[in-house]
Amino acid sequence: MGDFPILSLMLLVPLVGAVACLFAEARAARMIALIATLIDLALGIILWLNFDIGGAQWQFVERAELFAGFNWALGIDGIALMLIILSVFLMPICIGASWKSINKRVGEYMAAFLLMEVLMIGVFAAQDMFLFYIFFESSLIPMYLIIGIWGGDNRIYASYKFFLYTLLGSVLMLIAMLWMVNQAGTTDIPTLMAYDFPVKAQTLLWLAFFASFAVKMPMWPVHTWLPDAHVQAPTAGSVILAGVLLKMGGYGFIRFALPMLPEASAYFANFVWALSMIAVVVTSLIALVQSDMKKLIAYSSVAHMAIVTVGLFSFNIQGLEGSMILMLSHGVVSGALFLCVGVIYDRLHTREISRYGGLAINMPKYAVLFLLFTMASIGLPGTAGFVGEFLSLAGIYQVSTWAALVCGTGIILGAAYMLFLYRRVVFGEQKNADAAAMLDLDAREWIMLSALAAATLWMGVYPESFLAPMRKDIMTLEARVTRSAPVSDSHFQMRDPEAMADHANSAHEAVEGGAH
Amino acid sequence: MSTILLIVFLPLVASIIAGFGNRSIGNVPAKIITTGALFISCGLSWPIFLSYLAGTAEPGVVPVLQWVHSGAFSFDWALRVDTLTAIMLVVITSVSALVHLYSWGYMDEDPDQPRFFAYLCLFTFAMLMLVTADNLVQMFFGWEGVGLASYLLIGFWFKKPSANAAAIKAFVVNRVGDLGFMLGIFGTFLVFGTVSIPEILAAAPGMAGAKLNFLGMQFDTMTILCLLLFIGAMGKSAQLGLHTWLPDAMEGPTPVSALIHAATMVTAGVFMVCRLSPMFQAAPDAMTFVTFIGGVTCLFAATIGTTQWDIKRVIAYSTCSQLGYMFFAAGVGAYGVAMFHLFTHAFFKALLFLGAGSVIHSMHHEQDMRYYGGLRKKIPVTFWAMMAGTLAITGVGIYWLHAGFAGYHSKDAILEAAFASGTDMGRSAFWLGAFAALLTSFYSWRLMFLTFWGKPRWAQSEHIQHAVHHGHHDSDHANPAAQEDAGHDVHHHAPSPHEDDGTAGYHPHESGLVMLIPLILLSMGAIFSGYVFSPFFVESESFWKGSIAFNEHLIHEMHGVPFWVKISASIAMLAGLAVAWLAYIKDTSIPGKFVAQFSQVHAFLYNKWYFDELYNFLFVRPAFWLGNVFWKRGDVGLIDRFGPNGAAWIVERGAVVAKKIQSGYLYSYALVMLLGLIAAISWVMVR
Repeated sequence: MGDFPILSLMLLVPLVGAVACLFAEARAARMIALIATLIDLALGIILWLNFDIGGAQWQFVERAELFAGFNWALGIDGIALMLIILSVFLMPICIGASWKSINKRVGEYMAAFLLMEVLMIGVFAAQDMFLFYIFFESSLIPMYLIIGIWGGDNRIYASYKFFLYTLLGSVLMLIAMLWMVNQAGTTDIPTLMAYDFPVKAQTLLWLAFFASFAVKMPMWPVHTWLPDAHVQAPTAGSVILAGVLLKMGGYGFIRFALPMLPEASAYFANFVWALSMIAVVVTSLIALVQSDMKKLIAYSSVAHMAIVTVGLFSFNIQGLEGSMILMLSHGVVSGALFLCVGVIYDRLHTREISRYGGLAINMPKYAVLFLLFTMASIGLPGTAGFVGEFLSLAGIYQVSTWAALVCGTGIILGAAYMLFLYRRVVFGEQKNADAAAMLDLDAREWIMLSALAAATLWMGVYPESFLAPMRKDIMTLEARVTRSAPVSDSHFQMRDPEAMADHANSAHEAVEGGAH
Repeated sequence: MSTILLIVFLPLVASIIAGFGNRSIGNVPAKIITTGALFISCGLSWPIFLSYLAGTAEPGVVPVLQWVHSGAFSFDWALRVDTLTAIMLVVITSVSALVHLYSWGYMDEDPDQPRFFAYLCLFTFAMLMLVTADNLVQMFFGWEGVGLASYLLIGFWFKKPSANAAAIKAFVVNRVGDLGFMLGIFGTFLVFGTVSIPEILAAAPGMAGAKLNFLGMQFDTMTILCLLLFIGAMGKSAQLGLHTWLPDAMEGPTPVSALIHAATMVTAGVFMVCRLSPMFQAAPDAMTFVTFIGGVTCLFAATIGTTQWDIKRVIAYSTCSQLGYMFFAAGVGAYGVAMFHLFTHAFFKALLFLGAGSVIHSMHHEQDMRYYGGLRKKIPVTFWAMMAGTLAITGVGIYWLHAGFAGYHSKDAILEAAFASGTDMGRSAFWLGAFAALLTSFYSWRLMFLTFWGKPRWAQSEHIQHAVHHGHHDSDHANPAAQEDAGHDVHHHAPSPHEDDGTAGYHPHESGLVMLIPLILLSMGAIFSGYVFSPFFVESESFWKGSIAFNEHLIHEMHGVPFWVKISASIAMLAGLAVAWLAYIKDTSIPGKFVAQFSQVHAFLYNKWYFDELYNFLFVRPAFWLGNVFWKRGDVGLIDRFGPNGAAWIVERGAVVAKKIQSGYLYSYALVMLLGLIAAISWVMVR
């Protein structure tokens, strides 16, 4: 690819599209948005194909001095690459999901989505601390507008709650960033990732980052904005919210909290596990009693993201890779589930589970695809959901069997609430005449869901495609967190000594050797 | 070796074609494709099995595709074939092929046939992936895959609330076991650094005595790993505690019960223990636990089986009980014997289920044995097939000839092995098993006598009345005929077995040839499989080629057990038969008197030891209650109230206060300024 600024181009295309949409009438705006997102998808695939696996850590690097030490610095490693691929993959689907259901202010709506895409790619590609901050915080604005203007009946409450919650942590994060830049004398993220901050300072810095990322994830107990936001957001808004925006929290942990503040991360690991354990059990049980489809899936997202956080904070390859794969798969699967809800919402304009039933009879294609995504959400082996969940739990088991056991109950509770949902919507008698009269998927819906289904199975059967680009970066990260946090590492071992007390035999050394 | 690829993946391909083609390709093509695929798989599997019998085969692994490589934690898709797999291959593909064929007849009236056959094929594929697994994670894939297929097939008649509930229950209860399995895999990886089964088994003996911490407690490494893995086996194989899903699973169509909930899927737990037998050999305490669970389950399930009226439920509890036999055989170290019983049981239990299906089919979907009676002459082929199955499960055989029906060879071997093991737990299991054999004989003959002997009691059956009044084969129901018909639980008046209400003018018909051929073939299995294969499974170490931990010493001991031990199963069988004959042929008022006399015991057994009620009370209702509390009190009442809404409230109140202060009068601003000035000056001075 040489020096071609492909990342800038990926930002430029939707930006130009967004501006064009503002001045276009409805039909043209839809077309423009679709074409722009498809171009970005194509560029994303080119990016993926040209990514040199095992090559330099940072590829497609672009750098331009702007002003006052503020740089236009872009570049990606395998982790960012995968998240960018996820974003550009979901965007055309979002446009497609809005094709018929959005009829008011279409131009502005499409512009907001394209702007969203610019900011999402920006977040994952930024190599400058402040550039990242700008992208990260600005991403609130289009989503705030999408919920607040095109949302449901209670959209104003939901959009403010979303905005204020997520803004809460941001101020603290900005202060932390200013301090860190001042300390290290650079805004360059790769440099900062290798910079050893004083251990004493790390605690506060970590908490500042945590405030922001925990809200974004979202972690219990700062998750209550998510169900409201999902319920009120239009379908495509929910897809992108669950699919990509939540991943920014996980990305924040993996890009900032862990490599820049490894000692503090280790110090707070127990705290993160505890919150995650509570989240898995509590939000799964809450999901069980929901009567609103979107709320149910929103709560299930919280439970799944909790498994991401235990994976991230297990400080080993399996945990880190697992949580990355789980983020990708959750992006695809929960996006698909929200789309499934949207498909029937478009027909009946209600999210009440009890208003449906027996859809397997009149919507067999829908029933099959919904089943696949349900199973992926449950973590059935062979689907995307399994690999990430399994690796994350394998990772955490090595440092805390308690956390593995408690988070593992998520596979039982997850099965319970998802199958209960599926049964009430798809199985049973056709007790509502209007639900029984709904037509099966049309071509547009079928294409969108099939693409997601293909991704779900691909990630489940051959996740190597997704693991390979990240492998080296994860190993670098793992080396960083174990090397620079020797005290905390042994601390975990002592807290939860997995190692065999009597026998230090060869098989076990093989594990140690392999893991480090 | 590459024939294994065809064996495993043909069913998958057929399933995809039938499932996605569904109504657009039509019933008959879907059935031909799926059934054809299974018969090809079956045809390819038998030569592999025979080559192992002949001792000419070499175990091997066929790699398929890379799966996950995460640090040292790596596992690939691969197909392993050895003796153990070869046995399972013939069991799975044979029973599955026959069940496919049988379903042509049984599901003939159902409008959703392609979906049904696609599910059956999907199940077969997942089961084959399970038994060919070369690593624990692929086994887990098959494990969950069969769970999915089981869920779909139990809930096949998805309009029925009871079928949906049973399907979810099966999946969720299995997930409890799966959590144990998963933790077992993680622990195994931690200890061995690999999840490759051959590597684990090679290293397992060296782990004896090692310690491993789990949940802050220290355990013997192999014991805790085996126990965790065994929890998975308990879920899948419906052992005591995690068995509650199996009887409910009878909501599915009867061919499903035969294939999944009798012959194959539920035996996956036994297969797993045998596959990992070198691990269990290194964990004596875990073995004791396996023996205990197996022994208790075999008796517990048998006691319930004696009181049930639903023909399928009797056989379901019988399955649960027989699985208990397999587990305690494995628990005492007789893995070959456990596999042998798995093998023979697959044939005779599939036969019993398909026979029951044939009875149900001919009785217009009536499943309650109280409404049967006198069917011997009406459906003779079914009767004789069921007879073969009953003779096999009760273990009829002649000691001096060393020949008998299938169950005679395998069950006797199990009891002998348990006795010969010499351990206390083994001896206890022997007694539990011997008594369970008596109960097995009793409930099996009870089933036979109620169904085929006596006078017809069909008149009160809603199903029969329905058939008589609306003509027999009215398949113009809007939805599957069977969906509405199958498994009515409510009856206006249940006649006690000794009444005879007559036939109501109904004429049961024998099932068609597609249903009878599988019955006849399985009958052959039920009659001969024990006699023919006993020397290989039980006696021959060279047959196993190291695929299980073969305990030469135990086999030797088995030959030396006292005479009374050797004939104990036969005695139990005769005793059970005698009681059943007395109560259901000789004097049919005895059961009623017994129930009246011991009503509490009967209620306890009839209500399945109240496990469902207990679990509802302990888990299901609290889960929903807690969910509501966490939601209404936690999220809404606490977090939102004092979090975002609280902050909004403070801002609002603050704004009101601020508005009051900003009065616009100059003197109030001057006052505030003055106060501030005084405060600032005094602070400077005091400092």
